[in-house]
Amino acid sequence: MRRVVITGLGLVTPLGANVETAWANILASRSGAGPITRFDASNQACRIACEVKAGDGTGMTFDANSRVDYKVQRQVDPFIVYGIDAAGQAIEDAGLTDMTEEERFRAGCSIGSGIGGLPGIEIESIVLHEKGPRRVSPHFVHGRLINLISGQVSIKYGLMGPNHAVVTACSTGAHAIGDAARMIALDDADVMLAGGSESALCPLGIAGFAQARALSTAFNDTPERASRPYDKDRDGFVMGEGAGVVVLEEYERAKKRGAKIYGEVIGYGLTGDAYHVTAPHPEGSGAFRSMQMALRKAGLNPEDIDYINAHGTSTPMGDELELGAVKRLFGSAIDNVSMSSTKSAIGHLLGGAGAVEAIFCLLALRDQVAPPTLNLDNPSEACVGVDLVPHVAKQRRIRAVLNNSFGFGGTNATLVMRGV
Amino acid sequence: MSDVADRVKKIVVEHLGVEADKVTEAASFIDDLGADSLDTVELVMAFEEEFGVEIPDDAAEKILTVADAINFIGANSK
Repeated sequence: MRRVVITGLGLVTPLGANVETAWANILASRSGAGPITRFDASNQACRIACEVKAGDGTGMTFDANSRVDYKVQRQVDPFIVYGIDAAGQAIEDAGLTDMTEEERFRAGCSIGSGIGGLPGIEIESIVLHEKGPRRVSPHFVHGRLINLISGQVSIKYGLMGPNHAVVTACSTGAHAIGDAARMIALDDADVMLAGGSESALCPLGIAGFAQARALSTAFNDTPERASRPYDKDRDGFVMGEGAGVVVLEEYERAKKRGAKIYGEVIGYGLTGDAYHVTAPHPEGSGAFRSMQMALRKAGLNPEDIDYINAHGTSTPMGDELELGAVKRLFGSAIDNVSMSSTKSAIGHLLGGAGAVEAIFCLLALRDQVAPPTLNLDNPSEACVGVDLVPHVAKQRRIRAVLNNSFGFGGTNATLVMRGV
Repeated sequence: MSDVADRVKKIVVEHLGVEADKVTEAASFIDDLGADSLDTVELVMAFEEEFGVEIPDDAAEKILTVADAINFIGANSK
């Protein structure tokens, strides 16, 4: 099997719309949470979110004009705009914007989303009911479809290899990277833009997740305290939005052209709970087997992993079940691992989460620092004895990282990466 | 009439993201202003909304330039 390395990164997050800004804010223990401003949320049970702030691209703001054509912006949902921008950042970072046609035949896209264009579906549905079918936008369908990040990015950069899009709820980003890495390993492509994006920040999205009892509702007046994985007072996740895209590249090719290499994808695990549509398996068996598979593929033992970026969404059940699975798999090796949830800072990016968090893992490898878990004031009992990096980032040796993502439908994905 | 022309041109600029001075009356939506076939559907919808006219599909197919739109609206709006 061919080796696969990461040579480019791109991020659009509530804490900044480029890699270095977002990472600096993560390490500075900043929170991206605030009151919902995108729409009037006054009648919602949950009135907070981690929004990407539109602006001129400075500070934490995102400027859609920097990489997305005006007409495309008008036609598509925000998740596609974020995805195109993150993909653009990644391919620029990798120095691959000027590939030959021959190279572009072997370069593809695997950028997914958990939900897709829900805000646009909601708005256009109202148009249909109020004004009739002849007022529905001709761009409605292709502006909302999940695979249209890959579609748009392939057109923009002329990438004619595999054109793929994963849809596995909140494990989308991790599956997208894992699947794309296999496409390179199996010689379907030499370069893949892979990741995930999400923006379900609309009345229907917030109401739907709140009705599924998944969102935090107890911290509407103190939004920055709401996302608190492993803490006793956690009561649900805070919805985030944004995108993460990486450039995956066949190792020999990357080495030959002298590319900057962030790390290597050495393990990928993927399992199903076969238990319940929203609740995780009570023994965390799917999570356990997913991590086990990824470690086996990587040829590593638990003691080789120094940092785990947890799924850790801040829901009452999920956090402890994941931690229990980690403890069982790691045994005494748990004593030397740092495990944190960056969702405490940027919220839950759903289909974007796994890719954004994989990028944080690569930056943790690069800078030898574990990002913090915010708001971990009183760890619940099951969490005692594990280094969950409370409140502040921690400088430490990091040789290899493990990244978990789990989604509705009982779907689990784990990536294991290390430096080259 | 010039009022109609100005409003048509404003819609074209907004929808296609083109410079206002390129939106001459002779300009073809597809050949000169970068529209694709779905953009022209959207433009026709926007004209219908703005001017309260109905533009049937067979008439819409004949609206290829800015002048075509101005003339149709001038002749059919109340």
